[in-house]
Amino acid sequence: MLVLGIETSCDETAASVVKGGKEILSNIVASQVAIHRKFWGVVPELASRKHLELINPIISEALSRAEIGFSDLDGIAVTYGPGLVGALLVGLSTTKAIAYSNNLPFVGINHLEGHIYANYLEYPSLKPPLLSLIVSGGHSDLVYVKDHGIYEVMGRTRDDAPGEAFDKIAKFLKLGYPGGPIIDELAKKGNPKAIPFPRVSFKAKETLDFSFSGVKTAVIDYITKIQDPGSRIQDIVASFQEAVVDMLIKNTLRAAKMKGVKRIVLAGGVAANSRLRERLREEAEARGIRLFYPREELCTDNAAMIACCGHYKLKEGIRSDLSLNAVANL
Amino acid sequence: MKRKRTLDLETRSAEETIDLGKRIGKLLRLGDVVALIGKLGSGKTTLAQGLARGLGVKKRDYVTSPSFTLIKEYKGKLPVYHIDLYRIDNLREVYDLGYEEYFYGEGVTIIEWAEKVRKLLPQEVMIINLEIIAEKRRRVELIPKGKHCQEIVKRIKC
Repeated sequence: MLVLGIETSCDETAASVVKGGKEILSNIVASQVAIHRKFWGVVPELASRKHLELINPIISEALSRAEIGFSDLDGIAVTYGPGLVGALLVGLSTTKAIAYSNNLPFVGINHLEGHIYANYLEYPSLKPPLLSLIVSGGHSDLVYVKDHGIYEVMGRTRDDAPGEAFDKIAKFLKLGYPGGPIIDELAKKGNPKAIPFPRVSFKAKETLDFSFSGVKTAVIDYITKIQDPGSRIQDIVASFQEAVVDMLIKNTLRAAKMKGVKRIVLAGGVAANSRLRERLREEAEARGIRLFYPREELCTDNAAMIACCGHYKLKEGIRSDLSLNAVANL
Repeated sequence: MKRKRTLDLETRSAEETIDLGKRIGKLLRLGDVVALIGKLGSGKTTLAQGLARGLGVKKRDYVTSPSFTLIKEYKGKLPVYHIDLYRIDNLREVYDLGYEEYFYGEGVTIIEWAEKVRKLLPQEVMIINLEIIAEKRRRVELIPKGKHCQEIVKRIKC
């Protein structure tokens, strides 16, 4: 089965063709294309208007790299939420038009569900039940996957997402953008135990929710107070990263214990963080749990994961109809 | 002498900031725009959480930072649009967002990093400056523009 995936929920305009739910025939993300300066060198920073300019060339590119045409497709999968409604609508409307004119089935995909499926692309033999930690610039969700399509959200962030905290601290320290990879690199040279930044836990012991706003403010407070913070940057970012990683690991392991799962998957842009991977793997393996995570280009927003997720849904006969609307909060 | 219309307050914890937000939120009505101005970590999202609660957004709907998604929508007794311009670099991008629909829309709009769009703010707006005094203490200054917002400030004073 050949599925075309389309993703326009946030910054990236992306299209991909996936065969059989595991073989990526093409995986085009507009920001990469822009680096190649093929389409006017535009990175779709924000708005639906930028998606609109890019969506058709991106889809054409995905099909031609896969060496197929619309008539070869068995279906289309498109992100319908959560995200910016105006942005989502570009992908969704385009999908409806292609599906209608080519008489193809299509299915709407939850962006977060898509992130989980990046792991099935990486490990085709991976099967639920499993626990997934989806961490990115906009999300921090602990989701128990009982079976394909059966989910239970066990914890979420109550304020900032971890990727957002990374970016904001990096910007505050004038380290550049995106903050995640920069802090990851710098932190390797610092002492993660140098400064005891707070680890937030909630009064209600049973909750698995996260909060990263407090540590962000504590780091800013610390930087503002000390003299010459520039000389201690490596220790500061290492200690900050450690606090974030500690909070993520603590709740993830608690959730894994509650559900008795033997597999944890990481997903989302922050899944590329080396300290999170390394420490969670150690802690999980000590408990007989295996950790999975996708390669970097499948961690960040892409359409291959959407196509993969769509493959499983379409195979089960799940279809969306033309009345499907974009949903900001899912 | 002209009566001072602005109001200077101080909160001593995130909880107090949320409570103040709740009190203001309860007085907001359809079409109101609240512009939040303050540095990173000054409590903009925290105050927005209180405003949303005051507007009747349920506790189980976590009001989280919209820095990455730019806009989040919540259902209270009115629709609440929570906008964050942190990642916006120029006004062009704000036009691209379709800001008019939110600034003059069918709900209450809360804007973080509003200093980036001062020129675009409607004439009737509640500007709130947040300032870090110490680790937990924040200065919160309400600057009402227009009669309705001035009325809100008067009622907060009492």
